[in-house]
Amino acid sequence: MTNNEQLNNSPGATLEAGRPQVMLRARGITKNFGHITVLRGVNLDVNLGERVILLGPNGAGKSTLLRILAMLSRPSGGNLEIAGIPVEETRASVRSLIGVISHLTYLYEDLTARENLHFYGKLYGLSGERLEHRVEELLIKVGLERRAGQRVRYFSRGMQQRLSLARAILHQPPLLLLDEPDTGLDRQAAEMLAQVVSEPDDQGQPRTVLMTTHNLERGLALSNRVVVLSAGKIVREAPAQRLAGDEVQSWYYEAIRR
Amino acid sequence: MARMAKIDRPIETGLEKQKEKSALSAYFRVAGQVFLKDIRTELRTKEIFSSMAVFSLLVVMVFVFALPGKLKEAGDVAPGLLWIAFTFAGVLGLNRSFINEKDRGSLEGLLLAPAERSAIFYGKALGNFTFIIVVELLLAPIFSMLFNFSVLRLELLPVLLLGTIGFAEIGTLFAAMAVNTRAREVLLPVLFFPIMLPVIIAASQSTAAILSNRPFDEISSALGLMFFFDLIFAVVPGMLFELVLEE
Repeated sequence: MTNNEQLNNSPGATLEAGRPQVMLRARGITKNFGHITVLRGVNLDVNLGERVILLGPNGAGKSTLLRILAMLSRPSGGNLEIAGIPVEETRASVRSLIGVISHLTYLYEDLTARENLHFYGKLYGLSGERLEHRVEELLIKVGLERRAGQRVRYFSRGMQQRLSLARAILHQPPLLLLDEPDTGLDRQAAEMLAQVVSEPDDQGQPRTVLMTTHNLERGLALSNRVVVLSAGKIVREAPAQRLAGDEVQSWYYEAIRR
Repeated sequence: MARMAKIDRPIETGLEKQKEKSALSAYFRVAGQVFLKDIRTELRTKEIFSSMAVFSLLVVMVFVFALPGKLKEAGDVAPGLLWIAFTFAGVLGLNRSFINEKDRGSLEGLLLAPAERSAIFYGKALGNFTFIIVVELLLAPIFSMLFNFSVLRLELLPVLLLGTIGFAEIGTLFAAMAVNTRAREVLLPVLFFPIMLPVIIAASQSTAAILSNRPFDEISSALGLMFFFDLIFAVVPGMLFELVLEE
């Protein structure tokens, strides 16, 4: 099955056969806001099944880069491919391959937890029993099955983040983009996030994850490659296994001082 | 590093057709779901509807008090006043429809959906049309009683529909443009009214002509103008909406 055929057959956005080795490829990504240049030619490859953590000081351009990769923002220059597909060609359908979690939950406060998942599920083309089953399965997974009929406005921040996690993986995306997902997470939600990031996807394939965080320890524990972004450029990267304990701190600070 | 898989371009027409069908169904699905979600949320909160209804009533009451003892002679200006009340109330509702999404962060959730962004526009515009038309249908009889003329006439239906469709289309586009700015609640009417003016004038003139039992010929050009506007603003946002919403 070709990538285009797989996209045609979305909703579930599966890449069963002929999965590309590079899930995400960014080349020369730049972003200007008026006279301010936020990204200066970012080149980044994230391989299939890889979990990459993107570190950097405030204002480095991490969130801007993730917004561009999630197609919430257009780059001023450069090219982007998701699963081998140039996003400019099929922007709309490529979005079904991506799940996004950010500090914003994207939830509707006046809909119940179940209604929120049904709404997003339908946006991604799930319907009928498949949707019902998937929603109930995820509500159990994030521990909200007893609160499923309650409006989201009555949920704590941690509960909302757990539901947001369910929303992001509802359509079984092969690529997860996480922008500081640990903001305001309670312990239970943090554990669930770690579980979702680490576990294989519903086809038994390892998830491809790109995540920004300020929490070095948690980020390292979840990733297998660390990339440092500073002043709009990637300044350093290394396998996570090589960076342990206190060494990480000095490695990181040395990278952003350059 | 392994070489990236190339895209296999579908050669067969069948595949292309399937792709088009799939994109089209995703388009209508997203538009429909956005509309249904807005209706469901509004039925639960009544936030937009109640503010529009109360505000439009207040506007009518201001006219009543501003024209003491002249209500019976207000026949000539009443259609204009009616459309002013609709317009003011409508702007209030249009503002809320995107501000709620933006402030709660759910607008980005919609933007992540795998369909053309204009599908969100049509879903939102349909929702706004529904809210505005409901308020209009409630306000018209009240206005009619206070100003002592009957608006419960079938001939008014096309005027009401064409005027409100244009209102919802243009208003939804400008509400989306304004929502990313700092002075969004002020900016919407500033952007919206000059563009909307021909529709308001045509709707007021048509309403006045129908209420004075003038022949249909007199309003045909006004109806044509509204139809033309509705058509343009049904197509233009489809091309612009992606640029309006993306950074």
